[in-house]
Amino acid sequence: MINFYVLALIYLIGSITFVLGLKMLSHPESARKGNLIAAGGMTIAIFGTIFLDKSIGNYLWIFGGIVIGSIIGTFAAKKVKMTAMPQMVSMFNGMGGACAAVISIVEYSKHDFSHGGPWAVATIMAGMLIGSVSFAGSMIAFGKLNGNIGDKVFPGQKFINLVILLTGLGIGVYLALQNFGNNTLLLIATAVALFYGVMFVMPIGGADMPVVISLLNSFTGVAAAFGGFMYNNQVMLTGGILVGSAGTILTILMCKAMNRSLFNVIAGAFGTAGGASAGAASDKGTVKEISVSDAAVLLAYSKKVFIVPGYGLAVAQAQHTCHELEKLLEEKGVEVKYAIHPVAGRMPGHMNVLLAEADVPYDKLLEMEDANGEMPNTDVSVIIGANDVVNPAARSDKSSPIYGMPIIDVDKSQNVIVMKRSMASGYAGIDNELFYYPNNRMLFGDAKASLQKLVAEVKAL
Amino acid sequence: MIYIVILSVFLGVEVISHVPSVLHTPLMSGANAIHGVVIIGAIIVMGRAEPDNYAAIVLGFFSVILGTLNVVGGFVVTDRMLEMFKKKKK
Repeated sequence: MINFYVLALIYLIGSITFVLGLKMLSHPESARKGNLIAAGGMTIAIFGTIFLDKSIGNYLWIFGGIVIGSIIGTFAAKKVKMTAMPQMVSMFNGMGGACAAVISIVEYSKHDFSHGGPWAVATIMAGMLIGSVSFAGSMIAFGKLNGNIGDKVFPGQKFINLVILLTGLGIGVYLALQNFGNNTLLLIATAVALFYGVMFVMPIGGADMPVVISLLNSFTGVAAAFGGFMYNNQVMLTGGILVGSAGTILTILMCKAMNRSLFNVIAGAFGTAGGASAGAASDKGTVKEISVSDAAVLLAYSKKVFIVPGYGLAVAQAQHTCHELEKLLEEKGVEVKYAIHPVAGRMPGHMNVLLAEADVPYDKLLEMEDANGEMPNTDVSVIIGANDVVNPAARSDKSSPIYGMPIIDVDKSQNVIVMKRSMASGYAGIDNELFYYPNNRMLFGDAKASLQKLVAEVKAL
Repeated sequence: MIYIVILSVFLGVEVISHVPSVLHTPLMSGANAIHGVVIIGAIIVMGRAEPDNYAAIVLGFFSVILGTLNVVGGFVVTDRMLEMFKKKKK
C-alpha cells in the first residue's frame, strides 16, 4: 500500500517538473535547466512506474525496449545537423503518436466490455485516432521538410479530407456505442486515421509547416492525455494536457503571425489560392541587379545594417559565413543586427537556432516588432533567402493570399539587397513586388557563395 | 479528473503565453519531449502483458521503444538547441 502513495507522490513531482520545465523554457537563461528538470521528472516517473506499480512485470522486455529506444534516440538526436532539427522534432513527435496509438489498440483488444461503458471505449478510440493521425501526419511532415515529399493538391481535397475524417470519427463513435469487441473494425478505423494523417499534411505548403508541426505536437499531447484517462494515470494526464494546451496556444500564435485561421490550415487549403494573384505583380517596373563589389561598398560604408534571414540561409548552410560577414562589418564600425520574422524558416525560432549555431550573439537577434521600429533609420537591409516575410503585398494588396500577415518592413530602409538564387517566388507561390521597388537591388546566386564573395570583397576594401 | 484537466489547460496557456518567439523551437521541442509521458502507458501495457499474449508482448515492446525514442530523443535534441544559446551568451 505504501508503494501506492509513494508512486502518487512521484507522479505529482513529475507533473510539477513538467510545468516548471515549460516555464523555465520560456526564458533564455533558465531554458536549459528547465529542460533538464523536466527530463529528471520524466525519469523518476518512468522508474517509479516500473518499480512501484505492483501490476508491472516483464522487466526484461521493458528494459530491453528502453535501452534500445535510448540508444537510437540519443544517437539520432546527437547526429542530426542543426538545419535538420525541425524534421527531427517531427520524427520524435510521430514516435509519441505511434506509441499512443499502439497502446490504445492493445488496450482495446484486452478491454473488459462489461465495465466502464461507452465512455471507456471512447477514451481508447480517441487515443488511437489522435495518435494515428499524429503519427502519419508527422511522418509526412518529416518527409516534406526533408525534401522527399512534395505538396500534393487536387480538386475537392478539402471535401475528401472531411469525408475521411468523418469516416474515422464515425467508426470510433460506432465502436464506442456498440461497446463490444470488434478488432477488425478497430484496425479499419486505425487505417482510416493513418490515411487522414497523410491526407491532412499532404497539401500543406512550407509556409504552414511550422503550424502543422506545432499542431501535431499538441495532438500527441492530447493522445497522451487520453492514455492518462484510460489508465487513470495522473502524470500522463497532466503532462499530455499541458502539452496539448501549450501546443494549441503556440499554434494559434503562429496562425496569427501569418493571418490565417486554424480552420484553413486544418482543412489543408494553403497553396491552392496562390495561383490567383500570381500575375498581379507583372509590369511593375524593372528589377535592378547589384554586383558583389558594389554591395560590399554599400555595406561597409553604412552605419546600420539589418540582416533578414530566411529558409534559403538554412538550405545553403550559410549561417557561419553570414556571421563572418557580420563580424567583418562590425570591425568596420557598422552596426549589424538580425531581424527575425516569427515564421521565417520552417519552424518558429528556426532562424534563432540556426544563427545560434554560428555563435551569433543572442542580443543581436531582434524580433519583428522591434526591428520594424528601427527600419526607417537603417541604411541597408540584406535579405538572405527570405521572400514572403518581406513581401509588401501583405500590407497593401488585398487580393494577395498573404494579405494581413505581419512582415518585416525592409522596404522602409534606405536600401535593400535581396540575395536569392533566382526570381522564383517564395513558398507561398506569389510574386514579390519588393523586387521592383526603386530602393531594392538583387544579388543573384546561392546564399553561401554570394556571402563568401561579399566577405572577400569587404576584406579587400 | 475534469478538475485536473481544466487546471492543466489553464497552466499550459499561462506558461506559454509569456514565451518570446526566439525560444519557440526549443519550447516546441521541449513540449514534444514532455508528451513522451505516453511511455508510461507503454510500460503499463508491456508490464501487464500475459506471458501467452504474444500480440500484447510484441506491441507493448514496440511501444516502449517508440515512447523511449520520443522521450530521450526529445530531451537530447532540446538540450542540444539550448546548449548553443548558452555558449554564445558569455
